[in-house]
Amino acid sequence: MFTRTWGERLFDWFNFLFLLLLGLCTLYPFIYVLTLSLMTPADALAMRVNFIPDNPTLASYEKVFAHPYLWQAYFNTIVRTVLGVSLMLLMTSLVAYPLSRRGFSHRGGIMKLLVFSMLFNGGMIPMYLLVKNLGLLNSVWALVLPGAVTAFNVIIMKNFFEGIPGEIIEAARIDGAGELRIYARIILPLSVPVLAVIALWGAVTHWNAWFDAMLYMHDSDKQVLQLFVRRTVIEEAVSLTPGEELNREAYTPETLKAATIMIVSLPILMVYPFVQRFFVKGVLLGSLKG
Amino acid sequence: MFNRSLAGNLEDRWREYKRNRYLFLLFLPGFALFLLFNYVPLYGIMIAFKEYRVTEGILGSAWAGLEHFNRLLAGEAFLNALRNTIIIALLKMGFGFPAPIALALLLNELRLVWFRRVVQTVTYLPHFFSWVILAGILFVFLGSDGAMNKLVGLFGLERQLWLLEPDYFYGIVVLTDIWQSIGWGSIIYFAALASIDPTLYEAAIADGASRWRRVWHISLPSMMPTIITLFLLQLGNFLTVGFDQIYNLTTATTLEVGEILDTYVLRRLLTMDYELGMAAGLFNSVIGILLVVTANRLVKWYDREQGLW
Repeated sequence: MFTRTWGERLFDWFNFLFLLLLGLCTLYPFIYVLTLSLMTPADALAMRVNFIPDNPTLASYEKVFAHPYLWQAYFNTIVRTVLGVSLMLLMTSLVAYPLSRRGFSHRGGIMKLLVFSMLFNGGMIPMYLLVKNLGLLNSVWALVLPGAVTAFNVIIMKNFFEGIPGEIIEAARIDGAGELRIYARIILPLSVPVLAVIALWGAVTHWNAWFDAMLYMHDSDKQVLQLFVRRTVIEEAVSLTPGEELNREAYTPETLKAATIMIVSLPILMVYPFVQRFFVKGVLLGSLKG
Repeated sequence: MFNRSLAGNLEDRWREYKRNRYLFLLFLPGFALFLLFNYVPLYGIMIAFKEYRVTEGILGSAWAGLEHFNRLLAGEAFLNALRNTIIIALLKMGFGFPAPIALALLLNELRLVWFRRVVQTVTYLPHFFSWVILAGILFVFLGSDGAMNKLVGLFGLERQLWLLEPDYFYGIVVLTDIWQSIGWGSIIYFAALASIDPTLYEAAIADGASRWRRVWHISLPSMMPTIITLFLLQLGNFLTVGFDQIYNLTTATTLEVGEILDTYVLRRLLTMDYELGMAAGLFNSVIGILLVVTANRLVKWYDREQGLW
């Protein structure tokens, strides 16, 4: 039954090689940047293709770590991520829980408002003016409040809450539990999977966000990590070696850029292998109809 | 009679609100936040029809009619942005859309489960990085001393400044879009393939169907609903061509080809020409919602169970 013709064998080999090549091509730019960040200037400028640096050095990392803006930007990104994710979980679940209850008033109308917000918005100019008029420019709240409650997250959470048997809630009520207690002691503990998926996505989104900070944060000490990368690596508007000559013995502009990229990507690279499967679960959750 | 039933209704409503009062208390803070950032900005759309003065506010400023739209359509810059957006959208639809479908099919044909997991893990990876990081990597990778030029040098070809060359811009945009999204995009198709009843394949094998025939007659048709739904959704987002990617990959010499509707609006915002930017943004949003509604109609027409709402 499982004898394969030579054509099928050929296809299997071709398929294997093709996917191997695809994987290598996907990974190679990352590996290249990692390798480059560890290179000495002489190796970096040599016109050779190599995967492992001959004389690995941390000189570029030391230089970037000494940058006056880097740690401030790191701190700002951590603050927005922690604050943003906490606020997102709290506010989204508080909106989603009542919506999951059958007796809640105006459920249909509210759901329509949620769905419409996914289809139509004013765009960046009214949003900018709103944030400005609220006096939130240069405040971390400008980065965490607008995305705290999104229709997408509310719908995913609401769907999950609806799967919790109503008998449990009924029983709790008969035992005299109020709504707040039911939400905090029954619904939330039973919803750890969906909370985890939304928290992980929220964390990646906040860690990677740069556009809102570019628009709303004008003070140089309020910058986030992604903008530090944009200003130094892409725009080259901010020097990676401020106020001094480039020490061409120790690093090149390119090795410094590579080290900067690695320093910013490291947290994601480190947690990625462990949390990848949660994200995959999240995609399939999100594809369910609201 | 009518009044009594109305009063009865109101009374029912009141009782319902009273019963739900604690739920409302939980609900309101988050919902207020949602309304503030999703519905309050909508009134800023009026700017497109006004002579906006910051001192007088949006409501106080004088009406300008359709003047800004006339300005918009008379200017070469907006039409250029619209043209570029359409070109990139078509390219992404033609090359970026089929790529994850092909990947899912190839992954599904793979016999080595561990190898499949490795390929999946690796191809999902770029999705987790911002386009700032990915563009940073590409600027290093495609730079004058970068890996691409080293590779090209091995074949005796000349070095290129890849990202500074307008002719290469769309090619780079399409390829790097595939690089970033092929793995992640394949998840949903792969799930559709994984849910196929294995007895279908067994029966086909018993009937002597070749590998190719099994793909053609079982795998592809089983994926069809997913493919069509996602295609129509992409059609609905036609004008959303990836601001983050394009804005970060654009250089001084590729500004002309890299200007899309979203970057056009951003530049108007940065130069404080709010009216023109809002007119362009509104144009974008209205076309967008028309496309989404049409696409949803088409999904429903194809399959009543599918669709956004």
